[in-house]
Amino acid sequence: MDPLLVLMETDGTAVLPATLPAIAFAQAWTRMTRGRFHLLLAGGPDIVTQAETWRGYGEERLLIASDPALTHPTADRVAAVTLQALRATGARWLAGTASSFGKDILPRVAGLLDAPMISDVLSMQPDDNGPIFRRPVYAGNLIATVQIPPEAGVVSVRATAFGQPARATPGQVESLPVEPASLPQGTRWIGQDTAQNKRPDLTTARVVISGGRPLRDPETFEQILGALADKLGGALGATRAAVDSGIAPNELQIGQTGKVIAPELYIAAGVSGSVQHLAGIKDAKVIVAINIDGDAPIFQIADYGLVADLFQAVPELTRKL
Amino acid sequence: MKILVPIKRVPDPYGRVRLTPGGHVDETDIKWVINPFDEIALEEAIRLREAGHDIEILAVAIGTTAWEEQLRTALAMGADRALLIQQEAPADPGRISHYLAAIARQEQPQIILMGKQAIDDDCNQTGQRLAALLQIPQATFASRIELTPDGTCARVTREVDTGRETIEVTLPAVITADLRLNEPRYVALPAIIKARSKPLLRIDAAQLQIPPTAPVTTLRLETPPPRRAGRRVGSVDELITALREEARVI
Repeated sequence: MDPLLVLMETDGTAVLPATLPAIAFAQAWTRMTRGRFHLLLAGGPDIVTQAETWRGYGEERLLIASDPALTHPTADRVAAVTLQALRATGARWLAGTASSFGKDILPRVAGLLDAPMISDVLSMQPDDNGPIFRRPVYAGNLIATVQIPPEAGVVSVRATAFGQPARATPGQVESLPVEPASLPQGTRWIGQDTAQNKRPDLTTARVVISGGRPLRDPETFEQILGALADKLGGALGATRAAVDSGIAPNELQIGQTGKVIAPELYIAAGVSGSVQHLAGIKDAKVIVAINIDGDAPIFQIADYGLVADLFQAVPELTRKL
Repeated sequence: MKILVPIKRVPDPYGRVRLTPGGHVDETDIKWVINPFDEIALEEAIRLREAGHDIEILAVAIGTTAWEEQLRTALAMGADRALLIQQEAPADPGRISHYLAAIARQEQPQIILMGKQAIDDDCNQTGQRLAALLQIPQATFASRIELTPDGTCARVTREVDTGRETIEVTLPAVITADLRLNEPRYVALPAIIKARSKPLLRIDAAQLQIPPTAPVTTLRLETPPPRRAGRRVGSVDELITALREEARVI
């Protein structure tokens, strides 16, 4: 099998933990196909300092594309550099994590390659006629098994599907020359509005506490749910309805179009449990629902259901833990 | 300025999708709608026009004649004309992006404004692939779009995993709509009837002469094993005991 290239996720300065699921996929791919994989690290001048920490997963080569023009990793530029890395390594397969970074850039590379892409891969199996993948469709209500021809392809990996990658022999670090003048010039980065988050990352947290519209406003949301999250060392999440009504910031949204999580413990307070929300929590190990409405659909999938007023039950839970 | 809005016909997201015994999506009771994200994209195009920009909106769909229903709704919402690229077989995002690129080359829109993903296959690929084929910038997952006064650029706020990011793209560009870009208007029946006089053109997909693309073949669809309901607990104390002693997660 031709080698696989992994697009590492960066903010232009540092590698982000969202890279790990894609590396875990690459290790699984390599085992199953008796193949090999390379890592691509693209970003501004500071990104070179990340190479030592982030190699050592059994990759053959770690390519570094570093240039001030990549300090803000916009899709058009990173896609162009990724295409260059694919050509330089002879890799015909590309993988990344299905995060907002990967969802933005990977399909663009697939377009540049004119190759098929499989989004949100749950599992993979090699086959003579081309690799076979399983992926969720219809908000996870159905699972599709799909196959693409064996020549080339792009894969985005569901962050919760392949576990953590194992440490292994580090590959050789190589520099990929970047020609800034030849990069696309049509996108300018203006700024970002990143919440200061002292809590664990939502997608990888062991415990997640989430809330819906009954939480009323951002202060109540933080006061009621934040206290429980901190007691359990967990992250906060929210329903689409809570985000839409300004109760929680967009990066906390869980579900079909938000984040997909698989924590050990998921506590949903004042969450009714729409199909779109359940799509994001189905892989949680233990689901607890606290809702005053005993008929809320969330109770149909909860391991433990407590029919109660969340404004009493959640603070009581926080106090007694 | 011309805005191209691609439209996909999908099952109502609030309905339940079931499989036939043969393993296909059971279409008997499905209510078909415009993909909600495409509807948001169309609404945004209309709002940009209402904000005073001189904009022509072209809605385009790639599917069977049944898809005209969604194009008619798009016209009723406010699209100026519609185009159906007629083809029978379902197509994957790779192929769809080629059809859209062919239309974009003919129509030369300044903005292609579309949903970030379709709620049936959940692929989230077509806009990005299209931008690559046309070699133009992309601004995905938009929650706010502003055109610069001279109309040469769009400033787009994007919903990303860490919060929000703002970029400026030189037009022409592909912009994909996220949930919170707007709330689409309700279309009343008289508007749908009135929209019948608006132009809806059909062309055969074969006319676009798209070369073969490597296919994504669906081998099987299945319903994942349901997550079973556990039990009700009567109090916070009982919950804590269960989490500590049964589930052992705290």
